Amino acid sequence: MRRAAGRKRRVPYWLLLPGIAWLLVFFVAPMIYQASTSVQTGSLEAGFKVTWHFATYWDALTEYYPQFLRSFEYSAIATVLCLAIGYPLAYTIAFRAGRWRNVILILVIAPFFTSFLIRTLAWETILADGGFVVQTLNQLHILDLTSSLGITQGHRVLATPLAVICGLTYNFLPFMILPLYTSLERIDGKLHEAAGDLYAKPFTVFRKVTFPLSMPGVVAGTLLTFIPATGDYINAELLGTTNQKMIGNVIQSQFLRVLDYPTAAALSFILMAVILAMVMFYIRKAGTEELV
Amino acid sequence: MRWIRKNLVVFAGVLCLAYLILPNLVVMVFSFNKPNGRFNYEWTRFSTDAWEHPCDVADMCGSLGLSLQIALYATIGATVLGTMIAFALARYRFKARGTTNMLIFLPMAMPEVVMAASLGTLFLNMRVPFGFWTILIAHIMFCLSFVVTAVKARVMSMDPRLEQAAQDLYASPLQTFLRVTLPLVAPGIASGALLSFALSFDDFIITNFNAGSTVTFPMFVWGSAQRGTPVQINVIGTAMFVIAVLVVVAGQLLGSRRKARA
Repeated sequence: MRRAAGRKRRVPYWLLLPGIAWLLVFFVAPMIYQASTSVQTGSLEAGFKVTWHFATYWDALTEYYPQFLRSFEYSAIATVLCLAIGYPLAYTIAFRAGRWRNVILILVIAPFFTSFLIRTLAWETILADGGFVVQTLNQLHILDLTSSLGITQGHRVLATPLAVICGLTYNFLPFMILPLYTSLERIDGKLHEAAGDLYAKPFTVFRKVTFPLSMPGVVAGTLLTFIPATGDYINAELLGTTNQKMIGNVIQSQFLRVLDYPTAAALSFILMAVILAMVMFYIRKAGTEELV
Repeated sequence: MRWIRKNLVVFAGVLCLAYLILPNLVVMVFSFNKPNGRFNYEWTRFSTDAWEHPCDVADMCGSLGLSLQIALYATIGATVLGTMIAFALARYRFKARGTTNMLIFLPMAMPEVVMAASLGTLFLNMRVPFGFWTILIAHIMFCLSFVVTAVKARVMSMDPRLEQAAQDLYASPLQTFLRVTLPLVAPGIASGALLSFALSFDDFIITNFNAGSTVTFPMFVWGSAQRGTPVQINVIGTAMFVIAVLVVVAGQLLGSRRKARA
């Protein structure tokens, strides 16, 4: 009897074993190994050795801090834009779509199925110099305005920060909309009526009832957008130039072209540490009980 | 005027939807283009050539096959391992539960490039040759957490009394699992599996660091962005879009019909 109980107690561990082993070997171990790589010196021919060369971190930071700052700047702007653009759509699906709800949800997820890269390349066509979008923006003198703000250069959009931010916003928008929708959908419509009965104007209802109740979605959505956007290098590579390089581009070229593994390791370690710190701080500040 | 103001949020929502769909429409339209030269950026004239000969581009369909193969194996691996973890987490109270939850959460909260570079560094130093197997290992690793999350939510929302009822009716534990538990959890497993397949098939960043000279479909697209994109890429993109939408719509119809019958 006791033996059976003991065996039963071991069941969860047997269930966990293969999957957790996989994560330990191919996720945790590489992270630890990465830490040791970042303090190694050497070359590909002579081999790398751990020499506790912490200067790699310092050198990497002083050399690449513009790319770091740019990554955080671009992805912060993209996250705010995603929230501003995605909120009305999530709100519409949750409260106004009626029987169209499932159709719109499919349309939100559907772009996912055409490859990420193919869609990003499509933005090259959309934002091309002679294209409809750029011509219209030029005629409305919007590009003059954005150029004076430093987001674009001259009369073009491609190869400027605006193009990269546009691509980032586009690519990570569904990650904002879906959690927003999930938390909005849970709100009881009667709360809106009650607020209206108490003479709250529509905007007050939104500010005092809807938005606070959707906070779990806002927190989850901003994290799901900000984190991958910071590490992304596809948008900066395809839609920008060397002047728009983000930290992902640097890590990629250090690893795959320059073959300077310690620098690549130090850079990805700094990126990870900064993101984890920011996420912890953010969850403390804006976090809800559901999330941590 | 009042009507407009009342529906302002709907207009904004529709605009957002248009922003999401626009690139797919562009991909679709340009799949019927006949470009001059190597780059398919400017509309020249209508043609169905690319649709008639989708595999005319060297190595493209091969890379597509490889991506489908890897996505299939990665889905099977991640779904089996992830479902087991999900059951352990949802059904049992044990000491390492908190740590396990953390370990599942971390890969989803890590920028892909960090995971990609560290796994690549490990393989490199262990002198594991890059290729099919390293890609597969990496894909199972990052799909795992998504499966656990999807399945766990479903198991947690399941009424435990259904299983008790089955046991009261003298079903053996295995029968209970196969005929009661599994069918109830199946939608969660299916959505986890679909998500893994989509994530694996579309992954570029992690594959780029762990593929060596092996070329998956996203890597082929990446390479062609520099050399000139063949129209056939738009054909594949459009076909994927249409097939996926059909599958989702069919699933929806099936689900609603089953609900209507019940």
